[in-house]
This record gives sequence, structure tokens and C-alpha cells, in this order.
Amino acid sequence: MNIVMALEMAAECHPDRIAVTSGTNSLTYGALLRAARTAGAQVRDSGCRHLGLLDINSLAAPVAIFAAAYAGVPYVPMNYRLTRPELEGLLARIEPAFLVAAPAYVDGLSMPAGNRVVSGGDFLALAQSDAPPVTEAPGAPSDVAVQLFTSGTTGAPKAAVLRHENLMSYILGTVDFAGADEADAALVAVPPYHIAGISAVLSSTYACRRMVQLPNFDGATWLDLCRKEAVTNAFVVPTMLSRVIEHLDATGESGALPAMQAIAYGGGKMPPQVIEKAMAVWPAVDFTNAYGLTETSSTICLLGPDDHHLAFTSNDPEIRRRLHSVGKPIGTVEIAIRGADGRTLPAGEIGDVYVRGGQVSGEYLGVGSLLDAEGWFPTRDRGCVDAYGFLYLDGRADDVIVRGGENISPGEIEDVLRLHPAVSDVAVVAMADEQWGEAVAAVVVPRSGAAPDTAELQDWVRQRLRSSRVPVAIRFREELPYNEMGKVLRRMLKDDFRATEPA
Amino acid sequence: MKTLKAGTRLKSAACDTEVMVIRTRPEPVLLCCGGIEMIAMDGQKAGEPDAAFANGTLVGKRYVDEGDTTELLCTKGGKGSLAIDGTPLAVKEAKALPSSD
Repeated sequence: MNIVMALEMAAECHPDRIAVTSGTNSLTYGALLRAARTAGAQVRDSGCRHLGLLDINSLAAPVAIFAAAYAGVPYVPMNYRLTRPELEGLLARIEPAFLVAAPAYVDGLSMPAGNRVVSGGDFLALAQSDAPPVTEAPGAPSDVAVQLFTSGTTGAPKAAVLRHENLMSYILGTVDFAGADEADAALVAVPPYHIAGISAVLSSTYACRRMVQLPNFDGATWLDLCRKEAVTNAFVVPTMLSRVIEHLDATGESGALPAMQAIAYGGGKMPPQVIEKAMAVWPAVDFTNAYGLTETSSTICLLGPDDHHLAFTSNDPEIRRRLHSVGKPIGTVEIAIRGADGRTLPAGEIGDVYVRGGQVSGEYLGVGSLLDAEGWFPTRDRGCVDAYGFLYLDGRADDVIVRGGENISPGEIEDVLRLHPAVSDVAVVAMADEQWGEAVAAVVVPRSGAAPDTAELQDWVRQRLRSSRVPVAIRFREELPYNEMGKVLRRMLKDDFRATEPA
Repeated sequence: MKTLKAGTRLKSAACDTEVMVIRTRPEPVLLCCGGIEMIAMDGQKAGEPDAAFANGTLVGKRYVDEGDTTELLCTKGGKGSLAIDGTPLAVKEAKALPSSD
């Protein structure tokens, strides 16, 4: 079992169908297969042990994913937005690497001598040359196909490994082979180093669906590309959907996307207001919430279009709140919620989310597997499963505020504060407290023109939640620090409270 | 007779068909395509499909036995048809999930 199987099947069945479009350039599935085999031989013969990518999305990315498999080395796409020392650290860790990189990202970097650097354009030229190709992918299903450095909000990035058998378990469990129509097109706006960028390539390939790449996201460009390329499917992280909606609100332009059939979202918590707005803007579009992690080869739970519809149109609060759920586990994985003592919790109780299944790798280089004896992986997410089997997430275990032995999730306080008319954005974090160990602190971004005061916001929370949830300190900022995937960098906010006295 | 293993790839000795084992039973089985036992990927072809087992296979389709204990994914189509212990396998209708990426 090897990821190239998906490409070989697609190229066998639909050799002339377009696999990927980037700007004005395209590759058919037949051409993608030839390019991957040819580039694979070059990488193999270079003696390099990794195929790295340090570039925005381009035709080189899908070629590189499969070329690495034909060369029998891990594919390692890296975040080009990292700082110079961070990048130098990663490049040293993958030496000797065959590195596909835009000159702008490597100029001035101290490059390990064993790394061979080529530009994306040169890599594609190499891949499309007459050089002899690899005929068959080497290795075993347990070989590492992809190595992803996790965003690592704490400490050095960990290298998560995904084996061929993990990725193919996900693909075979969730995608119908050649299930896409000729006219279908999936817009890929996530960067190549994100797990969703990997799964987009593998899923689209197995479905024989055309990918359309959007290397630099902004709301207006996303809308333009959807129309120009008659995009039928799109995956977005919540921030992207927010930006698209903001763009429509700001310009008053029509949001019409005549070809769009389905929008999937994931990669972070979707604000309820945003998904409700999106469902109102595009009533004919099917929405799917996909929950997954790098370590689980992407999606493990889905809230599908029918559940979205049912929740959106229901007056029953129990049903309506499903819009905040990440849905139910896909058929090939199991979910369990465990308490601090490790026992499984009954429906409705919040605990640690565990997952098990063939696609779950749960493994880092130099650390080993985090799976327990029965194969369960601790996601470090908190959550509960309701009586209907829907999973609700409740933030990261690392973000839980422990106040005098009581576990407080920032999410419920953030949700309440966000409803205040003067609040545009908010993050709740732990701050050190002499009496309680930790206390609740909040960083608030006021809506433009509004000037909420601390006492007013504290009252707002006190009227709606238990008194232990009331922030003892509130700071105001013009904006919150987010990473490029839309996750709040809570650590930076915690540092704020560490550095100064409470307000 | 062979004991199959999930993840193993096999090819037909009678046509172009190739399969991958998705799941299986622990007992040895006689897995045939075109009426001839299927072989390892580097094996040699041994004939043409028997007329009784020549309904063909389709790439991407899942094939299951009567008891739903063994499931194969056809990774390359061919003229022969698949059978275990002489009983033809049936195409399994996939339950499509909404696209999530």
C-alpha cells in the first residue's frame, strides 16, 4: 500500500483529465504520473534522504508528494513563513535533502552542505524531461510518506510522521474512487505544509477531481477564482471564510458562486456567526465541518450537509447547537472521551478526546508513538459526545485554566464575551494567581468606535456564567496574534499577563 | 490456497486485473481471477480467462465475498472476474461521504 496507488489508478482511468491548475498552467493525471516518476528517479539517484518543499503552492507540490514516494523518501513540506533561525533548524534536521525552494525563501539562509536546492520551476522542468522514470514505488506500507513539522506553539517543532498505510487508510475510508465528475474542481487555498494541503492532493487524485490552487489567499481573490474556474468544491479554514464574508460585507458585492456545490471547513474553531452567515449567503451549497489533526492523517469526524441543514433550520436548541459540533466519527475511526483517571466518560461529560483507527499515526520522530496499548491516541483536545453521538470540542487540553482545582475552558467564556456588542474578538487565557493557582484573564479587541470597560464586561460574564468564569483581568488590544492558519497564539497573550500586573 | 493479508497486492494470472486486499478472514482462501489463482505482482501470466469467469473487473470498485469477510479493491481493471473458493465476488456499493478536503 503506497500513496502512488491513488495516482496510478487515476492516471489509468482518466489520463487526460486535468489533475491540477495553477494560474494558467495545468497538468493532466497522465502528465502528473509521468512527472512524479521522472522526478522520483532524480531524487532517488541524488542520494538525498528527504524531498523538502519550501515554497507556496504550485504544480511542483503535487509532483513532489508523489515523486518522494517513487524515490522512497519522506516528503517534507515546510512553512515558508517561519523565521530564518527556525528554518535553518528544520533544514539541518532533514539533511541530506533534495529541496524544492523558491530562491526568495532560501537566499541568505545558512544551508547545510548536504542539501541540494532547486527552484520549483527547475524541479518541474526536471520532472517533465526525458530522463528515465521510476517504474515502481519501492518500500513497504509502513514507510514514511510524509513528515510534517507541527506548528509547535511550545518548544521546537515536532516532526509528525505519516506512513503510506496511514494516509491510504484515510483515502480508502473516505473517498470514492473516480467519484468526481469531469466538470468538478476543488479549490485548494491551504498551504502545502498543512495536513489539509496533503489530503487535498490525495483525496482529489483518488476522486479524479481537478485541483485549482490558490497560493496566496485573500477574500476577493478566492471569490474571483471560484467564478473564473467554475469551482464546485472548496476547503477553507474558518479565518478564510470570515475574510470572504467580511469582503462581501465591506464591498456589498454579490456573493454569487454559480458552480459551487460544497464547502468544507476545518483546522480550527468556526465562530457560529460566520457559518450561519455563510449558510445564508450560499443557501444552495452543502457545508461540511471536518475535524482532524496532522497526527490523524486529516479528517476523523464530519458534520455533514444534512446535519448543517437540520441544525440551521431547527428551533430546538439541542438540534440547533449541532452547528457548533464537529459531527460524528467517520466509519473507519473510533472516538472515546476519557476522564483524568483514564476511564471512559458517559455522554455529555467533558474530557480528553482519544481516537483510534488505521489513519492515526500519533507518532513523532525522536519521540516515538503516543498510541497506548489498545491503539488510542490522545488528541490533547477536550470535548464531549452528546446523547446523539455528536462530538463537541472544548479547546486544547493545554489551554484549560485550572482555578483552584476546577477546570475552566476558555471557549465558553470567549463565546459569551463575543456576544457583547462592543466586542469584536476575544481570547481567554490563564494567568498566575496566588490564591487559586490560575485565574481567568481575557484579551479583548473592541469593535471600532466602541470602548467597553472592564467592569462592564465582567458584569456581562457574571450574568451568564458561574462567578469562577469572570475574568479577573481584561486587557484591550487592537488585534489578536494569529498564526497563518487562524489559530490564536495564546502563549503570546499569556506572556502579556506574565509581564505586567493585572488590571 | 493462500492466507491473504490486508494491504497485499495481487494480480491476475489470466488478465490485466490487479487488486489490493482491504480486509480478509484468517483462513486460507482460493482467490481466483478469470478462473486461475491470483499471483504475486512479479508473477507470470498463466493463461486466458475461463468463459465462466470473464465478466471483467473495474478499477476502483470494491469486491466482497458472500459472507462479507473479505474485501478487495480493484486497482487495475481486466477481463476476468474475481472468485473465492469458486464463488464469484460481488461489487460492494460504497456509501459516499461528503468531500472534506
